[in-house]
Amino acid sequence: MSIIKTKELNKIYDVETIPVHAVNNVSLEFEEGEFTAIIGPSGCGKTTLLNLIGGLDTPTSGEVFINGTNITKLNSREIIDFRLRNIGFVFQAYNLVPVLTAKENVEFIMQLQGISKENRESRVLQLFDQIGLKDKLNNRPGKLSGGQQQRVAVARALASKPKFILADEPTANLDSKSTSNLLDIMLKLNEVENTTFIFSTHDSRVIKRARRLITLEDGKVVKDDIVK
Amino acid sequence: MNTLIKMAWRNIWRNKKRTVLTMSSITIAIFLSLFSRSLQKGTFGNMISNAVKFSSGYLQIQKKGYWEDKTIDETFEQTSKIQNLLEKNKNISSFLPRLESFALASSGLQTKGTMVIGTIPELEDQLNNYSKKIIKGHFISEKDNSIVIGDELASFMKVDVGDSLVLLGQGYHGITAAAKYNIKGILHLPIPQLNKQLGLLPFQECQYFYASENRLTSISLMLNDPELIDKTKDEINNSLNKNYAVMTWAEMNKELLQFVDTKNIGSIIMLAVLYIVIGFGVFGTIMMMTMERRKEFAIMVSIGMRKSKLLIVVFFETLFIGCGAIVLGILISYPVLLYLSQNPIKLSGEFALAMEKVGAEPILPFVLNSEIFIYQTLSVILIVMVAITYPLIFILKFDVLKAMKN
Repeated sequence: MSIIKTKELNKIYDVETIPVHAVNNVSLEFEEGEFTAIIGPSGCGKTTLLNLIGGLDTPTSGEVFINGTNITKLNSREIIDFRLRNIGFVFQAYNLVPVLTAKENVEFIMQLQGISKENRESRVLQLFDQIGLKDKLNNRPGKLSGGQQQRVAVARALASKPKFILADEPTANLDSKSTSNLLDIMLKLNEVENTTFIFSTHDSRVIKRARRLITLEDGKVVKDDIVK
Repeated sequence: MNTLIKMAWRNIWRNKKRTVLTMSSITIAIFLSLFSRSLQKGTFGNMISNAVKFSSGYLQIQKKGYWEDKTIDETFEQTSKIQNLLEKNKNISSFLPRLESFALASSGLQTKGTMVIGTIPELEDQLNNYSKKIIKGHFISEKDNSIVIGDELASFMKVDVGDSLVLLGQGYHGITAAAKYNIKGILHLPIPQLNKQLGLLPFQECQYFYASENRLTSISLMLNDPELIDKTKDEINNSLNKNYAVMTWAEMNKELLQFVDTKNIGSIIMLAVLYIVIGFGVFGTIMMMTMERRKEFAIMVSIGMRKSKLLIVVFFETLFIGCGAIVLGILISYPVLLYLSQNPIKLSGEFALAMEKVGAEPILPFVLNSEIFIYQTLSVILIVMVAITYPLIFILKFDVLKAMKN
């Protein structure tokens, strides 16, 4: 069953002057539990496509349906609330809140959702167990390595039990060991929690482990392969 | 909400130096404004209090027309009816009949126009502590037929305690008033003008001198609660007939009031300038704190935090900086002002002379009242709130995607 559906999605920058077709007529469907990488050269539209799917950007034309909801029709407040309950984000530069501890960063999103303290506590402990950072619960991001921060970012993205996670170049700033570690964790979470992961990446280490590869060129889908 | 407040608190300490600098600037502004307002209010209050005590009283009963002419002919008789009326009024703490006019004082080759006030020495002393202001000799008593004069008048006339002073003036209905008085004491008052002109006679002696027995020019009234001055004035006015006028100290001291008002406006403008400078400082800090966290804000919005919650965080950050500085400012100012209000700074030298020239006592008196603390605190809170308006609008309107790219 598809949880994400894009329909003739277009994003054109500088429509008035020199139009740049960042996303060009993209129609895709993503099933629950996918582990998908969107690949392609720099500037091919990977990040723009992720932003459109995540409701961070608005398409010039076309529609994005998530679990049947057309998110392009939601107003700015509705889309924030929608993201909170349905989408998890992992960013290239980790982007944890620097004044909150690792535990508080993960808990914060659940607080925004209005989840009770008890449930938050148990979920945080479960996630930190899964990412292997139980001993770093009270460390602030500044006291964690890049790899550890990114694992916390993954835990934060998963905390609210979203329908899917969008990860924009999540391993771009990580060394090989951290990348491998992070991928192991994400794959495990994908299997255990059946969470859908959609990455944009250049990283061959990520590409190797993805189960579906969507290749973009000049904003167009040129390949969409299921990998065994 | 707890997490938002926690975030705000931790955020302000992300750049300790900047926070400390901003708080210091607000603290200094609070201290300066409290110090200057306390001094201004103290100085003005002292001038008014001196004028009220030594001269006009809070209210004064006169014969109608006296204030315009101020001649001895515009006197009125002291009656038991008036006395009863004043004794019955609960807001009147004391009242003092006075007979006041001018005479030419002469001693040897020196002559000077002098303000002669006939007063009941015991009452006057109770009210104004005259006996403590005597710097040479003694204060008069009701049965004396001697005079006490201001120190500057004595030095101009080249007279001392025990010398004689001749007074020559016009008495009631044109009768010549002339007498020679022994100088019993020389006093120094906080009103320089009085030191140059004043001669105090016992009440009955003064009435005799001006040939106006049982007559007086005014009754000065002191009040328990000066705030109720208008009510008390109306009560007395309603009980007296049309031959009398009741005037407030403000009506009798219009020049002083105008002076105070003008100085007050000047000082408020100075404070406003100070606050504007501080306001820009706070604005700069909050704006910087906001702009440098654009990406962080964008991330928070993208993961599902409403912008209104971001506003709460920034609001609390400002509140912590502003309120912290205000509390610190008050904690520093309070003991300083408490000490100065009890120990006014006594001026000397040229500065003292300059103050005396404008008719002010050469001291720097301070007051300590809640009003100045409340007004200054509210002013700073208002300025801080104005200063964060733009950063808050920025947060409401910023483009998440652009901010993330930045």
